[in-house]
Amino acid sequence: MGFLHKKTFNGGVHPPEQKGATAKKAIETLPIPPEVVIPLQQHIGAPAKPLVEPGTAVQVGDLIAEAGGFVSLPVHASISGTVSAVEERPHPLGGQVLSVVIQGDGQDQWNPSIGYDANYLDLTVKETVERIQQAGVAGMGGATFPTHVKLSPPADKPIDTLIINGAECEPYLTSDHRLLLEEPQKILLGIQILAKVLSAKKVAIGIEDNKADAIKVMRGLISKLKLPFSVHALPVKYPQGAEKQLIKAVVNRTVPAGSLPMTVGCVVQNVATAAAIHDAVAFRRPVVQRVVTVSGNAVQTAKNCVVRLGTSYRFILQECGGVNGSLGKVIMGGPMMGFAQSSLDLPVIKGTSGLLFLDARQARRNQETVCISCARCIDVCPMRLMPKMLGAWVRHKRIDEAIDYHILDCMECGSCAFVCPAHIDLLHLIRYGKSEAIKKRKKAS
Amino acid sequence: MDPTLLSSIIALGGLGLIFGVGLAYAAQKFAVKVDPKVEQILQVLPGANCGACGQPGCSAFAEAVAAGRVPPNKCIPGGQDTATKIAAILGVTAVDSEEPKVAVVQCRGGKQEAKERFIYQGIEDCHAALLLAGGSKACRYGCLGLGSCAKACPFDAIHMNDNGLPVVDEDKCTGCGVCVLTCPRGILALVPKSQPVFLACVSQDKGKEVKSICSAGCFTCKICVNPKFLPSEPIEMIGNLPKIKDPYHPEMAVAVSKCPSKCFVVRGKMEAVESAVQPDEEQSQQEG
Repeated sequence: MGFLHKKTFNGGVHPPEQKGATAKKAIETLPIPPEVVIPLQQHIGAPAKPLVEPGTAVQVGDLIAEAGGFVSLPVHASISGTVSAVEERPHPLGGQVLSVVIQGDGQDQWNPSIGYDANYLDLTVKETVERIQQAGVAGMGGATFPTHVKLSPPADKPIDTLIINGAECEPYLTSDHRLLLEEPQKILLGIQILAKVLSAKKVAIGIEDNKADAIKVMRGLISKLKLPFSVHALPVKYPQGAEKQLIKAVVNRTVPAGSLPMTVGCVVQNVATAAAIHDAVAFRRPVVQRVVTVSGNAVQTAKNCVVRLGTSYRFILQECGGVNGSLGKVIMGGPMMGFAQSSLDLPVIKGTSGLLFLDARQARRNQETVCISCARCIDVCPMRLMPKMLGAWVRHKRIDEAIDYHILDCMECGSCAFVCPAHIDLLHLIRYGKSEAIKKRKKAS
Repeated sequence: MDPTLLSSIIALGGLGLIFGVGLAYAAQKFAVKVDPKVEQILQVLPGANCGACGQPGCSAFAEAVAAGRVPPNKCIPGGQDTATKIAAILGVTAVDSEEPKVAVVQCRGGKQEAKERFIYQGIEDCHAALLLAGGSKACRYGCLGLGSCAKACPFDAIHMNDNGLPVVDEDKCTGCGVCVLTCPRGILALVPKSQPVFLACVSQDKGKEVKSICSAGCFTCKICVNPKFLPSEPIEMIGNLPKIKDPYHPEMAVAVSKCPSKCFVVRGKMEAVESAVQPDEEQSQQEG
């Protein structure tokens, strides 16, 4: 009964969109920073192994670290210049990570092997995936899962549907929206490469219907080029862009708890990843830059800008006119799932879809009170969990019970904490519980 | 008598009799034989279920001792007193228990001394704070000050002071070690009750970094390992942090007085040691 299927998923919330500041602003390229700090862990999986030493001269796109395993990615120089240090530096996601520091020479000299390859469509599937891996392409939506791993499904799990994620459900962020408007050809060529690699029969592009212009552009171009892709206008709801929720909304399949989308024959890729794949395969161009939405009311000029990886937030803030009023909080990513940052000297990495500079009023937190058992968190949980119970179990350190309540299925969207009228830090409690549960599981095995 | 009253008395009385007989039979038939010693041992144990003995709780420990799997001196909170009582119950000769230990706080970087990198507003738990960019304290090794140890202590022996540091009440502390296992930063440690001095810094950072973020941390000046001041070298340097080899050595008093950050904390009786070392110190100062 497909026609009865409403294009949505269970639960979800409607945070204020806040996209107005940047939705109409064309992507601009920021100047090359004088120094970049490139962490060797910008993806999920094993960290990359450094190949350079202090003093090595590098060009843009040079390999500076090789992949540390199958679920790992190489890292490339994002500016030309000299390596000044290979040392542990603070990472945007916390902790200290081995990083390569490059002092720029201001030349922006690219590696000469990077250029258009007219025969890229003749490459075999294996060669294409190899090129994607060598270019260091990770999920650009923010999760940074190595793309080549998603493109190598086991033989017993055939993929029939490729879903392209253009939902961009996070408030403030407009980088994918602008990319859909400004580089639709690149995205479609990237999708073609992906469809070929996965031999997917069906390609569906999911875009939230607050981006009517992007839907129009994509539909127009697809019919002009006579491509067998469908564009789905999805109702605006957070977290529409989460993998499992997008699959449910677009093809009405439910991914079982604890398993990957390939179990139901789907692979989900972000639009920015599709564009990066096109660059990687057709131009042999590694991921050295990305589109970042710089927004929030504590920045003078909100922008969508192309930023070299490893650029510090401080440099970006300067280029956007500096601080407007007082800075209360800096968030990497969107306000719902992003990470609060501890310093302005942290670098942009492959998963930095946005940088939000919020003032003290927006960063304010409300006093936590007791749970009134209203069950709003249960209503909105897109994974159909019981956040109220999970929070209570974790608060009392009863991790076994939390595991019984499927704490590990939580994808940390934060909808529960967003709706809680008692302002309970449900997400933080659940994150803590998950880390304890994973520790417990490791100890048991 | 009212027949209604009579019939209800007979009915309920009869039911009671039937259940009583049934229960009496079941109590005989399904009786679990319990060693009476287990009950007696349980009586003399502190009953905190702290787990310091390596057993899941006090009753498990009592069973293990009664069965002879565990020696009677393993109850750390109970100490020698309990060990003697258990030995009496079991009818064995009392064994000396290990030297009682107490927990010490190996960090002096509270709110006044140590810098913060950002304002933490999350839930009050050190483990949870650690998930957010590794905690708000600028020092990667220091106490996070959210009191997970105080909440975990089964004997109510740890309290957080106004400076955001835990304080151990040594009279209440039994040395069970629950706080040591709880602290994600390894700030708490167990030392023998008689140990006069311990090192209150765990930072492995370089001196310059420590100086920039904490006024109470060890910045590796190495004065405590200088043979000029401490000729018999009771302290050695491991990485960027000194390690006390012999805390009972008289020269430790010199280290305590010389340390510019006052990282060596004196607990208990140091006077005897100090008086013994005073002339030496003066001598070394004259020489220096």
